[in-house]
Amino acid sequence: MTTENAQAALGFFQARYGIDQTILNDLLAVAMSRGGDFAELYSEYRQTSLLNYEDQAVRQSSGGITQGMGIRVVQGDAVGYAYSEDFSVESLKHAATTAAQIANSSQGKVNPIDATILSGANLYPIEKPTIDARALEKLEIIRRVDKAARAHDPSISKVSVIFADELKRVLIATSDGRLAADVQPLFTIRASVIAEKDGKRERGFKSASARRGLEYFDQIISPEEVGVFAAKQAVTNLGAIDAPAGIMPVVLGAGESGVLLHEAVGHGLEGDFNYKKLSNYSDRVGEKVASELCTVIDDGTVPHTRGTLNIDDEGNPTQYNVLIENGLLRGYMQDRISSAQMSVAPTGNGRRESFRKYPMTRMTNTYMLNGETPFDDLIKAVPRGLYCVEYGGGQVDINSGDFVFIVTEAYMIEEGKITTPVKGVNLIGNGPEVLSKVTMVGNDFQLAGNGGMCGKNGQSVPVSLGMPSVLVSSITVGGTAA
Amino acid sequence: MENTELDLNLAEAVVKKALEAGADEVEVLFSQGYESGVKLRKGKVDLLNEAQPKALSLRLYREKRAAVAYTSDFSKAALDDLVLRAMDMAVISDPDPAAGLPDPEDLAFQYNENLGIWDPAIGDIPTDVKVEMVRRCEDAAFAFDPRINNTGGTTFSTNLRQIGLVNSLGFAGTYKTSHCSFGLDAVVDDAEGKKQNGWWFTISNNFKEMKSPEEVGRIAAQRAINKIGGRKVKTRKMPVIWDPMVASDLLGTLAGSLSGEALERRSTFLIPFEGQKIGSDLVTLVDDPLRPGLRGTRPFDGEGVAVHRKNIFDKGVFQGFIFNSYTARKTAHKTTGNATGGIGSLPGVSVSNFYIEPGKASPEEIIAGVEEGLFLTEMIGFGYNPVTGDFSRGAVGWWIENGKLAYPVAEINIAGNMKEMLANVTQVGNDLEFLFSISSPTIRIDNMTVSGL
Repeated sequence: MTTENAQAALGFFQARYGIDQTILNDLLAVAMSRGGDFAELYSEYRQTSLLNYEDQAVRQSSGGITQGMGIRVVQGDAVGYAYSEDFSVESLKHAATTAAQIANSSQGKVNPIDATILSGANLYPIEKPTIDARALEKLEIIRRVDKAARAHDPSISKVSVIFADELKRVLIATSDGRLAADVQPLFTIRASVIAEKDGKRERGFKSASARRGLEYFDQIISPEEVGVFAAKQAVTNLGAIDAPAGIMPVVLGAGESGVLLHEAVGHGLEGDFNYKKLSNYSDRVGEKVASELCTVIDDGTVPHTRGTLNIDDEGNPTQYNVLIENGLLRGYMQDRISSAQMSVAPTGNGRRESFRKYPMTRMTNTYMLNGETPFDDLIKAVPRGLYCVEYGGGQVDINSGDFVFIVTEAYMIEEGKITTPVKGVNLIGNGPEVLSKVTMVGNDFQLAGNGGMCGKNGQSVPVSLGMPSVLVSSITVGGTAA
Repeated sequence: MENTELDLNLAEAVVKKALEAGADEVEVLFSQGYESGVKLRKGKVDLLNEAQPKALSLRLYREKRAAVAYTSDFSKAALDDLVLRAMDMAVISDPDPAAGLPDPEDLAFQYNENLGIWDPAIGDIPTDVKVEMVRRCEDAAFAFDPRINNTGGTTFSTNLRQIGLVNSLGFAGTYKTSHCSFGLDAVVDDAEGKKQNGWWFTISNNFKEMKSPEEVGRIAAQRAINKIGGRKVKTRKMPVIWDPMVASDLLGTLAGSLSGEALERRSTFLIPFEGQKIGSDLVTLVDDPLRPGLRGTRPFDGEGVAVHRKNIFDKGVFQGFIFNSYTARKTAHKTTGNATGGIGSLPGVSVSNFYIEPGKASPEEIIAGVEEGLFLTEMIGFGYNPVTGDFSRGAVGWWIENGKLAYPVAEINIAGNMKEMLANVTQVGNDLEFLFSISSPTIRIDNMTVSGL
């Protein structure tokens, strides 16, 4: 276990704002002044920067700093929450007093925080976070994306590239004596492209994101690949026909199809919905909820990935959690409150958007384990259906499990062969029902490297997805060609 | 740590500092406020939160090179650093002749401060009053039907905010806005372990104008009960009746395609249609930032430009895109006062209070006129391609047979193309209510593809 990150974050808050263990203990005592099961202080210092490049010029260069402390007092599953954007002791004590309002007994127990810092493993060791790289280095990468996209095809009429990055330092102290800290780098590059030909206009996208430095573009994906991917998608869509509508078999491609897992099962397996019995997966541990070919994992420990964290936002180390194993529901993702309510251990899934928000049960990197069938065999098995490659986001109604997701790149499958590109595809279905119709799982697992955001109750957090290709024997395709 | 309250003087000082540092054009936007929430679930308070968020954003240009920096630390050292950081960032940007502050003649040097969007009483509602109101709301939902057996909780939220804007052209403006709201998610068990939820809410800039808790609870419960036993319908084209909630959602989707940003990025299907009739005669879409007391009401836009009411569609004719000053210059138009000011970003473009002009028919009459079709009450997913206008969303509602609601439908999809959908609006209801900044009465759109079985 390395504590380098944690020590750095602790030292930072102490040097910059004078936040030391004495102040943290004093604040915890104020937060627990009316009782409660535990209190938690979440300090955050976040630097952001953004370069927006359009029409071969830097349109916007921006950046900023947000900092503050969120204070939470928990009694049962009731939460008192307040935050302060400055670290003056007076202002922090006011926030602690406000959060304490939720509890209504006498002074609660505070264990002085332990000087030993919890840090988890170092899952994103890097030499230099991108936020510390020179703007000219980032611009060079952006220009290579732009150039490759433009050169791809004469129909490309518009290219824009955004490079956004952040460095987040967090320090978490709790009344049960825990002290945890981390430094979290993250960058995202997004290319969007418009192609125009014969009065038709279409778009293409590609994003890439990781908790790495700029060496990512030498090691994982080149700027040219990002640009060409987006350009190719726009050009492909120019030749796309209207999507068919109705029920048909669908092959979901490896990697980004993980959005299916995220929407169809992921949200429904978040502990907070389940202890409240609001999910269609509530009280179903041990039951068959998917085809026996499906094993679904949420894993916060994949090195350098967007959804990865050394510690979650409640200070628990992230871990590898089996959600569904060979079709059987094994367990839920948990935060501190949901795990206590369900009498299980937390799983490192307590996350929040920022110090302004309280943590909830959230996904990290959600994926399906590899199967055994070669991809070609999945396609060959389909007389008439769809092959879906890239997605534009989805949504689920966690009560019913009904979900929808948009497909931004898809092709017809006719007599076992991939044929014409189609546009305007929406896939709609019900989580357990669709997963029970998975009849083949490919041996081509990929973790998607794109820049996905997951929204829940007004809070957005970065996540990743992954999947081998799968064949779903029937799913409703919402197209326009009836 | 030293910390100063935000006001116009402080903003003016930052503008001055940036000019002294060598900026040609400078704008400071700030926002500060108070927000609180009380959440009740099954009779028990399960969340109390309170905060005073604040932020200051600096936008500057040097030789037409743009930079934006923001901070929530207002100490002198932090603000000095902010100016230096922004000046450094401006070096990285490329010069753009269209960049810069608005033209001085467009600025709202005089503006109306009394637009009915500020109710200081919202900051003084005692916690026990809020708890009592959400308790009545929850009780009404559970009492409505014994099948309602769960809820995700009901939150009473309040929000009070002051916005201030100062620029180097001599504009200095500020206004206050407030709102309070609560909404309830009622949950009911359906077949096969499925659960269904129904959501309803009330939101207002003024405390006294909130709907009664009982009304909100009953409607949420009714919406949940309505979804029990939803089934798929056969795939084919049919008329779709949009209730005000989903019709507002549709207008919001269209709104993104109306902006000068979308025009400039060539990412809207409307590019070839400025000045042309593409909607049916019933399609009159109004953008009215000065209509008092609503969520989208504002005395000036996000860069201090004067605002006014306009029809973006008039009897089906697309009158033109909406702009901030940058996208207007970039595309040889005039700003329409539709800039949105972002903390930490260049101004965007958006509608204010945006609605479809109501018609004469009641929702019941509209449904009665449909032989076979879909009454749409909820949509899920984000299936809209603004470049082509292709629209495709998951849908929940009722099957209409011979002018009557026959049975609930679920797990289906509706699809069409926005341009054709505008042309196929065949009825507009008389039930316009300003639920959000974007609002609509019930509408009927013919010839939509519904996919199910």
